[in-house]
Amino acid sequence: MDAIGTVLVAMLGGALRVSTPFLFVSLGECLTERAGRINLGNEGVMVLGAMVAYATSYETGSPWLGVLAAAGAGLLLGGLHGAICGLAKVNDVAMGIAIMLAGTGIAFFFGKPYVQPSATLLPAIPFGFWSSSPQLKNALAVSPLFLLGLATAFAMAWMFRATRLGLRVRIVGESEDAARALGLPVNRTRFFATATGSALAGIGGAFLSLVYPASWNEGLSSGQGLMAVALVVFARWNPVHCITAALLFGAAGALGPSLQTVGITWGYYLFYAAPYVVTLAILIATVRPGRTLRGMPGELSIGR
Amino acid sequence: MSAIGIEAIGIGKRFGAFTALADVALKVAPGSMHFLLGENGAGKSTLVKCMLGYYRPDEGSFLVDNREVEIARPADADALGLGMVYQHFTLVPAMTVAENLVMSRADVPAVINWAQERVALEAFMAAMPFQVPLDAEVGALAAGERQKTEILKQLYLQRRLLVLDEPTSVLTPQEAEEMLGTVRDLAHGGSITAIVITHKLKEVARFADEVTVLRRGRRTGGGSAQGLTPADMTAMMIGEPQAPANPERLGAPGAEPRLELRNLTTANDGGRAGLDIAALSVCPREIVGIAGVSGNGQKELVEVIGGQRAPSGGEMLVAGQPYDGTRELAQARAVRVLPEEPLRNGCVPRMSVTENLNLRGFDRDAAGGHRAWLSRGAMVERAQRLITGYRVRAPSAEAPIGVLSGGNVQRCVLARELDGQVDLLIVANPCFGLDVKAVGEVRARIMAARNAGTAVLLVSEDLDEILELSDRILVMHGGQVVHEAAGPGADAQAIGAHMLGSHHSPA
Repeated sequence: MDAIGTVLVAMLGGALRVSTPFLFVSLGECLTERAGRINLGNEGVMVLGAMVAYATSYETGSPWLGVLAAAGAGLLLGGLHGAICGLAKVNDVAMGIAIMLAGTGIAFFFGKPYVQPSATLLPAIPFGFWSSSPQLKNALAVSPLFLLGLATAFAMAWMFRATRLGLRVRIVGESEDAARALGLPVNRTRFFATATGSALAGIGGAFLSLVYPASWNEGLSSGQGLMAVALVVFARWNPVHCITAALLFGAAGALGPSLQTVGITWGYYLFYAAPYVVTLAILIATVRPGRTLRGMPGELSIGR
Repeated sequence: MSAIGIEAIGIGKRFGAFTALADVALKVAPGSMHFLLGENGAGKSTLVKCMLGYYRPDEGSFLVDNREVEIARPADADALGLGMVYQHFTLVPAMTVAENLVMSRADVPAVINWAQERVALEAFMAAMPFQVPLDAEVGALAAGERQKTEILKQLYLQRRLLVLDEPTSVLTPQEAEEMLGTVRDLAHGGSITAIVITHKLKEVARFADEVTVLRRGRRTGGGSAQGLTPADMTAMMIGEPQAPANPERLGAPGAEPRLELRNLTTANDGGRAGLDIAALSVCPREIVGIAGVSGNGQKELVEVIGGQRAPSGGEMLVAGQPYDGTRELAQARAVRVLPEEPLRNGCVPRMSVTENLNLRGFDRDAAGGHRAWLSRGAMVERAQRLITGYRVRAPSAEAPIGVLSGGNVQRCVLARELDGQVDLLIVANPCFGLDVKAVGEVRARIMAARNAGTAVLLVSEDLDEILELSDRILVMHGGQVVHEAAGPGADAQAIGAHMLGSHHSPA
């Protein structure tokens, strides 16, 4: 196989791996924003989720219990954000930054003892069994969490279209006036949307420590929770488009490691910065002054 | 579904020390069109909100079909079949008509079977006197269609008495005529009773069966609409027999345009077309009125001239010189703007009345030169002069302007914008939300500025206002100027047709 083929295969595998945490955190952010609130705290939730998942898996030997614990941690931290933002005159952006710092702080504090030991990791499903190429086999070893993420995206899209719950979340996010006129509980809806969204972000964190890169350290998330906000803008608040967005970001994130596999070592930091460059490029390309974004929930504080 | 009657007896409502309603009686017969008239703040909205359970009256009771009822919560009003069509729309703009209708129901199932709901909705729509596309996003509908959707929603919910709060305020004459006609047909057909809140006497004369007039929280008159002349009703509304007379137009417009726009464009915004004005001019001593349904580029036009929005192409000339809306040029060319929602667009709400009254000129001295150190004394002196001259009622000149009532904020901004030499004045919806006397005063000031030689561009959603004040009328649709007519003696129906986008003369 030639070098370009190697890089492409590595990027495919990398995209599937790197995109999964992006997918979960952007779905979580999408749910929260569709209810009319921004949660920058998801960055902290991811770091905390990664730590909690790793610690739980190490202590109990069950990685799935670790995933569950990470979702629980996200639920709690997101619930805190949701509850405080429900109070009068609380700015959700400022509060999100506080939650982000709190989440990473708690994770660093309790996570110190787990930096060295190795926990049981989540197994992968070998979709590459038919191939004789080890690279392809490796690339197609897909984590069940990726499939769960795909299922969640389609389930969320269906929820927004055809369930009472989903339409209520949309009404609350689009127009508080209309929601109140219909007698919907605005704060309660946003609280649950924020908490559930953060639970998804927590699962994204669990993927980082239990699947890829599959270790716990403090620099694990490196801003993915914040990039989720840009991802959701790119996906136009549509859960199914979040899949495309996450794959794109995943491919960008896999660029650096893929080039390394064929021995390109120069520009290491440059290629590792690809996801951030993509974030910037997407924001510049899709957002212009004096225009409202199509699909943006009407009650979002950055849009008012 | 059949119409119900309602009767209010001795309703009283106080907010703290303020008496909003005192001993108000209202009797509405089943299947009738009952108009509720009054100025802003007369208590019309408070009365219907009591009726619909949003407020609890302190005194009095309601009878529905001659039985006393307890309306403590909006849900009680729902159960009785009472519904309200609000002045501001309560539909969710980003959702389709079908989604809005289904979600307005009290018994939405947890999983919505859209195939089944669609069949039911189409059957419902087919039985209605007017139709709205079910799959259209509400945000993409014209104001008139949205209003119809609000009414359809009430009928879908099987309401038997509808309160319509200023239903025609955002509609063109044709749309208003059609909408009120439909409601009247429904009422006279016996399927609903309608209570219409308005201050437009023309609509009363044309569509009302019965009238009740409120002033300052009290019932000042009413009865059969046929027995009341407009003069009677005006007297009941404002306590004086005559509305203030129209200000007099003096002198003919100048020949040299003061404002000229050529091929002015702005970028389109989220599917809405931007401005595309081929040519527009305003001469000294001329009021050019811009008519149009809200959202057809009027706001963008005012923002571009006022410097709040950058154009994407074209030329803007003031007195023959290029103009870009910056502070420097606005001062040099004496261009002033009275924007819509002046508290938001023309004031700093937390700064004092004095400071806000000086926003145009605090950085200039008497000779017009730049001033680095502010002269507090000159600012206070100017503020006092304007407050007295325009009869602004404020707790004090040092109070933040945000605490003033809407009418007083309007007077403040008008005072500031008309102070000194004004060559070009841009005004947007100057009388929105003002009472009859304040409206008369503001219009007289605008006319006086025109008579003194100012070129005035008047943008208004109130077609009557445009017909009354303008020397020349332009109609905007989809960001373009699509029609021009002379002001005096203009045909309101023809202008309305152009506002709706049919640029052919109506048959």
